Amino acid sequence: MIGIEDVLGIALVLVAGLLLLALGIPGWKPRHLTLRSIPAFVRLWKSISLTIEDGKRVHLTLGNSSLLKATNASALVGMSSLERIAQLSIASDSPPLATSGEGSLTILSQDSLRYIYRRANSLRQFDMTSGRLTGVTPYSYAVGTMPVIYDGNVSTNILIGNYGPEVIYINEAAERKGIYTLATSDSLSAQAVLYAAAMDPLIGEELFAVPAYMKFNRYHEASLHTQDVLRWILVAALLGGVAYVLLQQLVGITFR
Amino acid sequence: MKKTMRAPIAVAIAIAVGLVVLAGYFIPWTPLQNIQTVLLSWGVILVGVATLVGITNLVIVHIKKVGDKKAPDRYSILLLVVFAITLGAGLWLTPGDSGFQHVVTSIQTPIETSLLAILTVTLAFAALRMLQRRKGWTSVLFVVSVIVFLIISGGLVISYESMPFVGGLITFIRQIPVAGARGILLGIALGSVLTGLRILMGADRPYSG
Repeated sequence: MIGIEDVLGIALVLVAGLLLLALGIPGWKPRHLTLRSIPAFVRLWKSISLTIEDGKRVHLTLGNSSLLKATNASALVGMSSLERIAQLSIASDSPPLATSGEGSLTILSQDSLRYIYRRANSLRQFDMTSGRLTGVTPYSYAVGTMPVIYDGNVSTNILIGNYGPEVIYINEAAERKGIYTLATSDSLSAQAVLYAAAMDPLIGEELFAVPAYMKFNRYHEASLHTQDVLRWILVAALLGGVAYVLLQQLVGITFR
Repeated sequence: MKKTMRAPIAVAIAIAVGLVVLAGYFIPWTPLQNIQTVLLSWGVILVGVATLVGITNLVIVHIKKVGDKKAPDRYSILLLVVFAITLGAGLWLTPGDSGFQHVVTSIQTPIETSLLAILTVTLAFAALRMLQRRKGWTSVLFVVSVIVFLIISGGLVISYESMPFVGGLITFIRQIPVAGARGILLGIALGSVLTGLRILMGADRPYSG
């Protein structure tokens, strides 16, 4: 039998899907729906542009979450960003570099990069080692990524994925080389660490804004607006719950 | 840039599998859940194979680094030698062998514990650097909250918890990070749902097909 949680889950998925479709249709988006300015993304664009101009590399690290875990959404956001960065730096001498701590993410990153090069008719430029596995445990992954930053001709460092507090090692490697770093994660411990340590940390759901601000495709922007609508619905539900509990305690009213 | 359509069959399979697995979570229909279990088991096998491919990639990267004529990496030689010894011993003794496990964990655990210890110092240093870099009320609030929660979680206020007003205040302060964490997690959950939906709709394809 379908429970109330299942019905609510289906409703959430349907409402989110319909909103995403509607807001993603060209010309359907209300004019007042625009993306607010986030200074971190302005600095990211500038850093990526300078990196490409200098013939250096953008390094993106995707974390160590398995694709089978619920925490993989951050890595998928990272994957979209990687594809966009590869599109931007296709004319550059140095392709972007993707590192991860999970085999499936390594394969996906190689596949995404190869797709971009194939699409641009420059498959010969593609190097399989542009997508790398740097370690299979959280610490070996973090420590294994440090030499990539030190030796890899990197000038922009982007951290998008699921990490633990060990992510600080990756960040510190970039700090020592004076490399610009934008960092975000879905993990609370990593967010806390990155807030204190990273040059440009993104907190909470700002993580999901990265592809939209990098102008990946219109569905990413639609996704952000849908997220905003759902958040207001959630806020209303939470306030309704608080009001209900207060009424119950103060007046003894119960709804059955 | 030439526009090419991504393989439509791969996209169709990915969307169909995604929909079946998603439906299996919400609809308690046994045949659907059986299919979901089979698909997830295949996923587990594929992830295992992907790890092997990833480790092969790791070895190739380090072989290339060793073979670099300008600056061969000495640490990569060490990594390859240790990898070969561990792989050989694992194949010979099997990973379940208690002696093999003992040797591996005796090396791995102290190293990771040391890294954890260094993490504390690095974090303290990073917090100080943040104060220099971001001069504003958020940095001050961050440092004040670190100090307050260190005092509260460190057990220094246990004797005051029985006092009528102070006890309630301490309990309230302890609840603040929980509320904040829940708020962040709700935002992340919504973002995750939409990321999944984009992939189900084929608007986002983290695979070339």
